[in-house]
Amino acid sequence: MSYTDFLAVHGGRLLSGAVITAEQTILAAILAVTIALIMGLMRLAPNLVIRGIATVYIELFRGTSLLVQLYWIFFVLPLFGVSFEKFTAGFVAVGMNLGAYGAEVVRGAIQSVPRGQYEASIALSMSPADRMRRIILPQAILIMLPPWGNLMIELLKGTALVALISVADLMFQARQINGTTFLSIEAFGSALVIYYIMARLIITPSMRRFELFMTRKMGRA
Amino acid sequence: MFDWRWDFTFQILPRLLWATVNTLLAAGIGYAIALVLGLVLALAQRTKVKPLTFVVREFVEFIRSTPLVLQIFFVFYVGPQFGIRLSPWTSGMIAIGLHYAAYLSEVYRAGIDAIPKGQWEACRALNLSMGRTYWRIVIPQALPASLPGMGNYLVGIFKDTPMLSVIGVAELMHTANALGSETYRFLEPYTLVGVIFLAISLPTAAGLRVFEAWVRRRLGMTR
Repeated sequence: MSYTDFLAVHGGRLLSGAVITAEQTILAAILAVTIALIMGLMRLAPNLVIRGIATVYIELFRGTSLLVQLYWIFFVLPLFGVSFEKFTAGFVAVGMNLGAYGAEVVRGAIQSVPRGQYEASIALSMSPADRMRRIILPQAILIMLPPWGNLMIELLKGTALVALISVADLMFQARQINGTTFLSIEAFGSALVIYYIMARLIITPSMRRFELFMTRKMGRA
Repeated sequence: MFDWRWDFTFQILPRLLWATVNTLLAAGIGYAIALVLGLVLALAQRTKVKPLTFVVREFVEFIRSTPLVLQIFFVFYVGPQFGIRLSPWTSGMIAIGLHYAAYLSEVYRAGIDAIPKGQWEACRALNLSMGRTYWRIVIPQALPASLPGMGNYLVGIFKDTPMLSVIGVAELMHTANALGSETYRFLEPYTLVGVIFLAISLPTAAGLRVFEAWVRRRLGMTR
């Protein structure tokens, strides 16, 4: 069986898997960014309790594996009366995990905005919320975008694990095809190439473009 | 609903702790492979042979932007297609070692790139051989800068070992899955796995910070 025959027969399945992977990636990314912003800001709060909650969250999710978290959310949480559908459990686990890594990026970025900016906005008697929203965050976003590019690739890779709770993503389809045809190189190889294309030709360039856009918007181009 | 059973917990704990030994072994072997192979990948990108540099560069990018689970499956299932049968352990170690070698090569590369040009020129002027230049001048200076990255990936490889369970390596996650399907109880096994991971990764991360500070002090780099 030549590779073109393989693609003619199984290409559709790989493609439908890739669509699910893309959906998982986008939903998990939205969740991760939201959690990262909230937890990153909470980590810098003056209140000890708020800071404590964020620290526990971050250490919990960074200290254990994504696979453990995924299984826990999918198999154990239902015992506490919280059950997710597998599709939801998938992106929730990936989003929460990457959100914890993202929170550290957000914290680092906010802390590396020069101190003078804080002092100036206090001198101008801005409220703490205004100060964060109008002065600190916009500058922090510029600093945090490059590491977010890497995190997005980690996130795409993380979504491959949802196949293990039988979400029919790219990884899942590759395994199915391998199981029925034993054409391992073709099945897994094609999936690897599709992941590579998604990471290098879609995620990286669009993050780059977004960085450029933000730099220009800040008038620093 | 909220029925944590302590007797069951203590019944399964020994098995999980034994599996933890396998997890640590897998992480250790994988990391050892990655440390050596990563250096090879980093140095290969510094040669003057353009095609080699290009191929290694693309290879590293490819490994870094595709999922580790898929790579594990690839290594495990592709061998038999050519008549090479690899055990789950062997293929798991190859896959995870290669994956982290790609990451570590980037850490090494950044460390070596940070060496000021004058150091290379001074070695040239002193007529040091390439081997001695690397061994005596470049690596000792590149190492402290690379240590934090290397430490992060040590914890990282440890946290990625559960993926080896998909091809049947009897590590922690695999044992928890087995316990779950034997007893139909998932609460205790999966929670314990999480606790064991936390109990190892948090102190390790803290220990690595102390170690980095110690190395910096020993090499006379204050700050």
